[in-house]
Amino acid sequence: MSYVELATVNPRAGRRRLLRKRLLRRPLAVAGLVVALAFAILAVFANQIAPYSYRATDFNAILVHHSSKHLLGTDPLGHDIWSQIVFGARASMEAGVLSTLLALAIAVPIGLVAGYYRGWIDPVIARLTDVLLAFPFLILAVGLAAILGASLRNAILALGIGAVPGLIRIARGEALALREEDYVRAAIANGARDTTILFRHILPNMMSTLIVQATVTIPLAIIGEAVLSFLGLGVQPPATSWGVQLNAAQDYLTEAPRLAVYPGVAIVIASLAFNLLGDGLRDVLDPRTQR
Amino acid sequence: MSAAPLLEVDDLSVRFDTDAGTVHAVDKMSFTLAEREVLGIVGESGCGKSVTAMSLLRLLPPTASISGRARFDGNDLLGASSRRLRRIRGNEIGFVFQEPMTSLNPVFTVGRQVEESLRTHRGLSRSAARKRAIELLDLVHIPAPERRVREYPHQLSGGMRQRVMIAMAVACEPKILIADEPTTALDVTIQAGILDLMRELRERLGTAIILITHNLGVVADIADRVVVMYAGRKAEEAPVRELFARPQHPYTIGLLGAIPLPGAASKQDRLREIPGRVPSLAELPNHCAFAPRCPRADELTRSEVPPLRSVGPEHLVACFHPGGEWTQ
Repeated sequence: MSYVELATVNPRAGRRRLLRKRLLRRPLAVAGLVVALAFAILAVFANQIAPYSYRATDFNAILVHHSSKHLLGTDPLGHDIWSQIVFGARASMEAGVLSTLLALAIAVPIGLVAGYYRGWIDPVIARLTDVLLAFPFLILAVGLAAILGASLRNAILALGIGAVPGLIRIARGEALALREEDYVRAAIANGARDTTILFRHILPNMMSTLIVQATVTIPLAIIGEAVLSFLGLGVQPPATSWGVQLNAAQDYLTEAPRLAVYPGVAIVIASLAFNLLGDGLRDVLDPRTQR
Repeated sequence: MSAAPLLEVDDLSVRFDTDAGTVHAVDKMSFTLAEREVLGIVGESGCGKSVTAMSLLRLLPPTASISGRARFDGNDLLGASSRRLRRIRGNEIGFVFQEPMTSLNPVFTVGRQVEESLRTHRGLSRSAARKRAIELLDLVHIPAPERRVREYPHQLSGGMRQRVMIAMAVACEPKILIADEPTTALDVTIQAGILDLMRELRERLGTAIILITHNLGVVADIADRVVVMYAGRKAEEAPVRELFARPQHPYTIGLLGAIPLPGAASKQDRLREIPGRVPSLAELPNHCAFAPRCPRADELTRSEVPPLRSVGPEHLVACFHPGGEWTQ
């Protein structure tokens, strides 16, 4: 940090500018951000971007290679693959973002309470978290999805709940560390209410950690959604997602491997983009990194 | 100092239950504080002076167990419900901590932090609290307060931050301000400014002050009365002039002897230090805690705890062999 950056008139804008500058110095993070935004745009504007509906079949073009009419060709039912990928992005982004938000909404209050109040509640929550963490994330999500029934909504619930224990642990750890801060002690000495301390002193100071954690949870959920849909526990045809497309591609692996390659590449790029972004944000938001 | 004192602490003891055993941080401390009075509590690191202050507002971790009585303005502090206590904290008793660099929340403007207790205790609206926050920053002599309220802690120097902390502590015009080593982390010139400020606040707001410090110079500068603590116990208590003129406890005499004086160096090459170390508080000795370091120690000091006794007007000392000059 240089003096020039500190001597700004509006401190909030100054901090934002500083963070942007630090982000721009990391090309991988910028690439991740751009690609992640591109997928988000695909998801939001799928209806406008995709040339065909994901349900539209073109019986004059079955299993064709790429052409001007069908950018990435078609599948055995005559679905336009590019349109399928675009609508698949919608399912992936929904699953990634919504399940992460759900997990945060459940995990952060629990972690805050456990870490701030300690007492008997903390070991109870901590041990339950440990038990849940003993199950691998995907196994937990597959189990939950099997119990809840197969649909995108239930897949989001399952993935969200599956991500809760890890996030509880992080929120709890942060709360444990932050409650010992001098400014928390000072707030207590000034008669602040518990809610004030939790939501104005502790939560805002753990936001950067939570943002980073959310950004690396999203790709896990994207892959998770693909796995669940591939196994038939997520999105159900005729609705589509990358996992559904992979599943359908199994029977044509020798004749038309591209049917598996396109959604597979989409999954890899999308999750890689969020991971790169998360790594970059971790460095940008961490005041200990110098650049 | 007539009528009932503002704060009356009686037989206050604080123990910490740790894995290594019980630590007796404070043992049977008693003192009073009158309105508008400045009381200095002096002692070495670890003598229990901060613990004494924090126990009054129950700011200690749950491993601490507190016994004794503390009456503040007719209320029992140690038995108060947590609701009642929360209304006293910051509202009737303000607290300033030692670490101005870390005692402000880095993600909020200083204005918002000063406003916080005004909004909690006084129920002021945002705009009224903002207006008052600007007045308070002005009161603690922060230049350009209208601009400073919108700044973040990292944009302020240590001295400025300590002024903000003081503004937060006196925001609700508390009857008592407890300042725990408020100047330790600051430069000497900044220190003097903070002490001037505290003196001024006493005059303008009528706040009584408990000043905790290891610095006898600070005490001489601002305190009306002084309590000297050693190993969790009160060693000596006297009005400030009396203490500096006629120190009675060999520990107090030792402390005074350890203050460097310009010019004295010619007569004496070294500062006179107190030999030995502060005892561990794991076990309270059932004799004078200072005995192992004391040149006057004898059989009596090593077998009994010296009771406090009066050696002059308002002058108490816990020593079997009190007295003036300490000649070795």
